Amino acid sequence: MKEGKPIEAFCVHSKARHVVIIGNGIAGVTCARHLRKRDSTSRITIISGETEHFFSRTALMYIYMGHMKFEHTKPYEDWFWEKNRLSLVHDWVTHIDFDKKELQLKTQDPLAYDILVLALGSQSNMFGWPGQDLKGVQGLYSYQDLENMEASTKTCQKAVVVGGGLIGIEMAEMLRSRNIPVTFLVREQAFWDNVLPPQEAELVGRHIREHHFDLRLGAELDKIIDDGTGQVKAVVTKDGEEIACQFVGLTVGVSPNIGLVRDTQLGINKGILVDEHFATNIPNVFAIGDCAEYRTPPPLRRPVEQVWYTGRMHGETLAHNLTQGPVPYQPGPWFNSAKFLDIEYQTYGLVPNKWEEPVVSFYWEHPDGKKCLRLLFDKNRRQLQGVNVFGMRLRHAFFDKALRRNVTVEEVIGKLQEANFDPEFYDRHYAEILQRFNQQFGTSLQLQKEKKRKSLWALLGL
Amino acid sequence: MKIIQKVGLGLFWGALLLFNALLFMGEFRLTDEKLQQVTSEPHYEILRHELAPVLNKTYGSSFAFVSAFDRYVSDYNLKQQENEQWNRVIWDDYTFAATKVASEGLVAQNKLLLLLLTIGLGAIGALLNLLPKYRGEPAGIKHNGVMFSSNKSRGIIGITLGVYLIGLYVLLYWFPEYIVNWALLVDPLSHMLSGQPASQWFLYGTIYTLAILVMGVRMFRKYRGNKYQLLRTSSVMFFQLSFAFLIPEILVLMNKPWHDFKNIWPLDYTFFYNYRVEGMLSSGSIGLFMFISGILLIILGVPLLTYFYGKRWYCSWVCGCGGLAETAGDPYRHLSDKSLSAWKIERWMVHSVLVFAVVMTGVTIANYFSGFGLLGQWTDTLHKWYGFLIGAAFAGVVGVGFYPLMGNRVWCRFGCPLAAYLGIVQRFKSRFRITTNGGQCISCGNCSTYCEMGIDVRWYAQRGQNIVRASCVGCGVCASVCPRGVLKLENGPQQGRINDIPILTGNESINMLS
Repeated sequence: MKEGKPIEAFCVHSKARHVVIIGNGIAGVTCARHLRKRDSTSRITIISGETEHFFSRTALMYIYMGHMKFEHTKPYEDWFWEKNRLSLVHDWVTHIDFDKKELQLKTQDPLAYDILVLALGSQSNMFGWPGQDLKGVQGLYSYQDLENMEASTKTCQKAVVVGGGLIGIEMAEMLRSRNIPVTFLVREQAFWDNVLPPQEAELVGRHIREHHFDLRLGAELDKIIDDGTGQVKAVVTKDGEEIACQFVGLTVGVSPNIGLVRDTQLGINKGILVDEHFATNIPNVFAIGDCAEYRTPPPLRRPVEQVWYTGRMHGETLAHNLTQGPVPYQPGPWFNSAKFLDIEYQTYGLVPNKWEEPVVSFYWEHPDGKKCLRLLFDKNRRQLQGVNVFGMRLRHAFFDKALRRNVTVEEVIGKLQEANFDPEFYDRHYAEILQRFNQQFGTSLQLQKEKKRKSLWALLGL
Repeated sequence: MKIIQKVGLGLFWGALLLFNALLFMGEFRLTDEKLQQVTSEPHYEILRHELAPVLNKTYGSSFAFVSAFDRYVSDYNLKQQENEQWNRVIWDDYTFAATKVASEGLVAQNKLLLLLLTIGLGAIGALLNLLPKYRGEPAGIKHNGVMFSSNKSRGIIGITLGVYLIGLYVLLYWFPEYIVNWALLVDPLSHMLSGQPASQWFLYGTIYTLAILVMGVRMFRKYRGNKYQLLRTSSVMFFQLSFAFLIPEILVLMNKPWHDFKNIWPLDYTFFYNYRVEGMLSSGSIGLFMFISGILLIILGVPLLTYFYGKRWYCSWVCGCGGLAETAGDPYRHLSDKSLSAWKIERWMVHSVLVFAVVMTGVTIANYFSGFGLLGQWTDTLHKWYGFLIGAAFAGVVGVGFYPLMGNRVWCRFGCPLAAYLGIVQRFKSRFRITTNGGQCISCGNCSTYCEMGIDVRWYAQRGQNIVRASCVGCGVCASVCPRGVLKLENGPQQGRINDIPILTGNESINMLS
């Protein structure tokens, strides 16, 4: 653990201090939980206008698809908050008075704070397209978005989703589950190719088409047309094609949700500017999660990181800083995961869509075209830089260790059985992968023998 | 839905309707000859006299017949009891057997045809509906619309089905004389297998086995591409068909006691009952094998196999109750209660039943060795109450009848004493655990929602902890539905199995104390 400056210089540290967290997403709630673990005397309040209780944002799609009800997406039972003395305020914050240290709420009395944590989350990007405010046109981020989508698609015959990212494919899958045909407009030449290398983008694209989506690559939205009643009737692409639809999903990324703090004394850029301890330019005001922007990003990280896992890490770290004294935020090796319809995707370390020498790539794809593995590594020093995997599961702990210890690619390839996290009885592909690696790089690696498994058969001498 | 699926569904409903209608069909007429067939010699002499007003009289329904039959028999018994002629009271219950032979007309004359038109056609209809499912779609588990389904989400269909199933079990356990027409249907099959007429239990076994086989096919469609689920489903289908259904009937054909070799005490709570022990010990080497293998399974099989593989080796791969829950019960798996209070109730209840079973069996064995003297009455009372409360009401009526109301594992979770025993081994001395994959959990809740045992899997997964719970039957569905590849069922070293801090969340600033 790294010791920083004393906590007294970092934030209000009185016993009865009131910590108010705006936002009950993963960042805000993680921060609140860990504050309570380390500090039993502070008053802690979480404010959210979106929902009374914390739910998993990433599970919104499953509610629409009927896999779960909203209740199922709540990670903690409703009694959890009171038991841990975390006060919940279900209201929207309309104004922050940083001098008086007070919050104005939409329906309830103003609330004073000693420490303010802004965990405001994101909002869907809109690029000023004509017709983007019509009824039946929306992004998908919040619980309200889900309710709107539910209402707008009740009688929908056909839908268009614009933007080929993770939310786009989720929205397409959601609509598909209600038997609504979807045309999928993606500006890029391959699916999510600003993140995925070409083969992976190709693999995902194939799978999307296998699910009978009308995937239009290289197609851009020009405008959205009104049916005369303020409801969407069709979209027009830059090529001039008109596609009739009653619902348009705009999923062209998200940006920090900072409307509340725009034009105040709080320092912002794209997001709320924070230092390595998540402190803003105003004392006792902090920002975490999707809405935070690092003044100086940690090595190899972007200034704004909007994934579940970074939100969680921010929350943990800030809770530590507010109770034990500040330590700088130091994320470990990058990791992420997603699911493209039926194909799971995991990534560890850094795998950009393009790379240059001395970084080289090893790629293996299963003949069925639904599984693949890519390893990027340094050609000279042989150390692993990152891994992409589709249709298989890999062990986080293995790659976290491998990346932190600069393990060589050869070692990883030889230990695939240790790295594998697929369920029992699934086909194993270690040998094929190893053989392909040997072919491609002229090596003669061999699979490390699996440790003798302890089992009943072994006990019986079989 | 494709046309063939609609036809299948139509056939299924038609067959079910006819099946139910059969109970109200035919006439009932007991003759002297038939009475002799189903009663013992001394009882026959008494009953032919007492039942004279019933004999050769035609009744329009089983209800009328049963009520007349019961009236005359109980009149006779009451008389004997008033006169304290205890040895002349007829304790044997002949109602089911007499009603069954008394049934005449449509059902009795067309057993095979009606068997095919009801149970046979129902199974074929169900298969026609299930087999084309997901055809042309890429492999992957689709739970689309589960929460909107009236059947699967405690809607009007689900509740109706629950009530219907509860009714079936009440008839089966306490009023089998009203379902003799159903038992008649499977007479030909029973004669073929064991040479005996079908009892209500043979009828039950036939439908139970078919339900596992047909809904097992549904599992093959739903979980295609998932080898763990396919193998596991094949396993429960195999054990039900062979060990629970065919082998016991063949044993009867060979004049041996009916015996399910994979049923283990205390789930098989009658194993140490006097009649069972005598039956086994008087049946030569096969009987001896039944007795010894049964005891070895209890004292060696359960701890050893559970040590290596967790209780899943039994509960979700072999067991008959588990077999039905994992196939016919699969559409209802998400209805289990995940709350902390449900877990508390579960622990009290299931372990209480285990204690009850152990005490009951202990008294039974003590009674056996004390020459049926002092404890005789105690044993009878305990047997009666255990059989009624646990064996019938809990395992049957609640266990299956509540599928559409409280999920498919109500019995296994709250009531099964064997599950409690396996669970204690699994919790404290086993290599089995569900491993979580570092920090990849997104707390979405699919794992907890689809856990049939009501384990809040997410609680552990989101903090990167292994899941080691006494109740986990290792069905593997949490791992199957996880969209981020976070869960994996594993057998591994006990060291670090119940893992603690620090956990991996990808954060190097601080050590996380989960």
